[in-house]
Amino acid sequence: MDKYIEMIRIRFLMMLAYRTNYYTGILIYAINIGAYYFLWAAIYGHKTQIEGLSVVQMTTYVAIAWMARAFYFNNIDREMAVEIMEGKVAVELIRPYSYLMMKTMQGLGEGIFRLFFFSVPGMLIVSFIFPVKFTWNPAVWGLFAVSIVLSFLINTQLNLLTGITTFFLFNNSGLIRAKRVVIDLFSGLLLPISFFPGWAQGIMKYLPFQGISYIPSMIFSNGFTRQAAFHAILEQAIWVIILVLPIQVLWSLAKKQLVIQGG
Amino acid sequence: MKMKNAIEVENLRKEFKGYSSRSGLKGAFRDLFTRNYKIVPAVNDISFSVKQGEMVGYIGENGAGKSTTIKMLTGILTPTSGRIMVNGMNPHQERERFVQTIGVVFGQRSQLWWDIAVQESFRLLKKVYKVSDAHYNEHMNHVIKTLDIEPLLDKPVRKLSLGQRMRCELAAALIHNPPLLFLDEPTIGLDVLVKLKIREFLKEINEKYNTTILLTTHDLSDIEALCQRVIMLDEGNIIYDGALNSLKEKWGEGKELQFQFLKDPELNAVQNLTRGMPVYWELDEKKMVFSAMIEDNELVSRTIAKVAEAYQIRDMKINEISTEEIIRNIYEKGSVS
Repeated sequence: MDKYIEMIRIRFLMMLAYRTNYYTGILIYAINIGAYYFLWAAIYGHKTQIEGLSVVQMTTYVAIAWMARAFYFNNIDREMAVEIMEGKVAVELIRPYSYLMMKTMQGLGEGIFRLFFFSVPGMLIVSFIFPVKFTWNPAVWGLFAVSIVLSFLINTQLNLLTGITTFFLFNNSGLIRAKRVVIDLFSGLLLPISFFPGWAQGIMKYLPFQGISYIPSMIFSNGFTRQAAFHAILEQAIWVIILVLPIQVLWSLAKKQLVIQGG
Repeated sequence: MKMKNAIEVENLRKEFKGYSSRSGLKGAFRDLFTRNYKIVPAVNDISFSVKQGEMVGYIGENGAGKSTTIKMLTGILTPTSGRIMVNGMNPHQERERFVQTIGVVFGQRSQLWWDIAVQESFRLLKKVYKVSDAHYNEHMNHVIKTLDIEPLLDKPVRKLSLGQRMRCELAAALIHNPPLLFLDEPTIGLDVLVKLKIREFLKEINEKYNTTILLTTHDLSDIEALCQRVIMLDEGNIIYDGALNSLKEKWGEGKELQFQFLKDPELNAVQNLTRGMPVYWELDEKKMVFSAMIEDNELVSRTIAKVAEAYQIRDMKINEISTEEIIRNIYEKGSVS
């Protein structure tokens, strides 16, 4: 386990090595949250409620969704694609660790870095500018914490899956981009799932995407009853377990037909 | 007592599936639906073994299958067929346990983390290989001193020169002091001083720890300096496996004579002088150097006598046939026997 923790530390160092990225990141997130706040304010107009969410709840939803994204989001799919395309994966395979586990830990290192140096200060700034309503109920915070850890796992598993497809497709930048758009849309980052038409909601119930953003954001903005929150977290956990299977299958297939590109 | 073999390979084979594109627009459309696949063997049923403590040069032209073999021996690629035992394990099946016992340096690929200081990479590798502090200090202090990389440790890898980086790479591959070391073109693009330092270091660890070293390189001086034994590969087949010395004795017999004359004769006329003897003439027309390849050493003085009698010599050299030339000859012929 030592080596995986050390990897988180290394990732921290790497994030610190590129400070400009860090500052521009904060700016981009602030702009995004601002834009969505004004958009939703316009949509609500004089209405007090849409689909059971008030304006304040909606603002909180948007802010928390983006801040949670800072934690669960990572680029390991693209990193894997580059490593596989350039043949660097050979170096990873001569080390006594699990490549996929190491990638997950790198994603976690990045996530923890952003959570502390990015989401927390960002959230403070946002709460001064926009009418965000924080709850101080420790039970909600606890459920939220469990829920975003599961978000991270689901999102990372999907990234690993996309990354592994590079072994078969050799160039999958299109797939990676498509996956990102699908996740932003279907995870409830741009629009809460309850705003989708009924038939779409029905389909999404059978997809893992809402476990990434919708569930933790709804828990935090008190959009769920306690019962529904527990149920939603259970659903996330089930997805984490289900997704292990295709990853293992694809990975063992990939190793068998591995071609190291570039000599 | 029978010595333990570090590497045992039997009928090892690796095939790649390639496809060829059809020509023209029509062909490109047909390729959309069906492709012409063909199976290309990169490594063709080879067998060899390497004893613990040996230093073996693994040579061959580009595309001969060297890197593919190394990748199978290190557990990266799965063989199509055949048996591999390295350090008593099957590399591909027990990958995580197996790679604890080997060190690998890829000359063309860095295994250090690009953006962080060298010592951070070392620290991570120390954890990865579960090396204790005591072992690390004792072993690595020595490695760091010998390779002279102490002043580089706090620099990020991207700021190092190639020679500095290679020395750090070598140190990184040795953190867990593996009994078996694979070096895939470790001296590519390095200057002479760094090359010498690396060779000396490799000799030293081989003597000190009885480390087995398998080395691929295009630079034959590396092999001459380090290896008693070479395995030569051509198009996926082993065409020579044995001592470097006997290769030289068998193929390196003979000399090359180079003449420059005061008045340049015709090449034909010179060739006529040694008619009936196994002497092959070549002419470098730019410099007007006539060289004679003589396989039999006893013919050297007779050739010189005949040439000196017929023409006035301005300059003359007698050269040994170099290992490089020997190997070029072998590749041109395609086999050793």
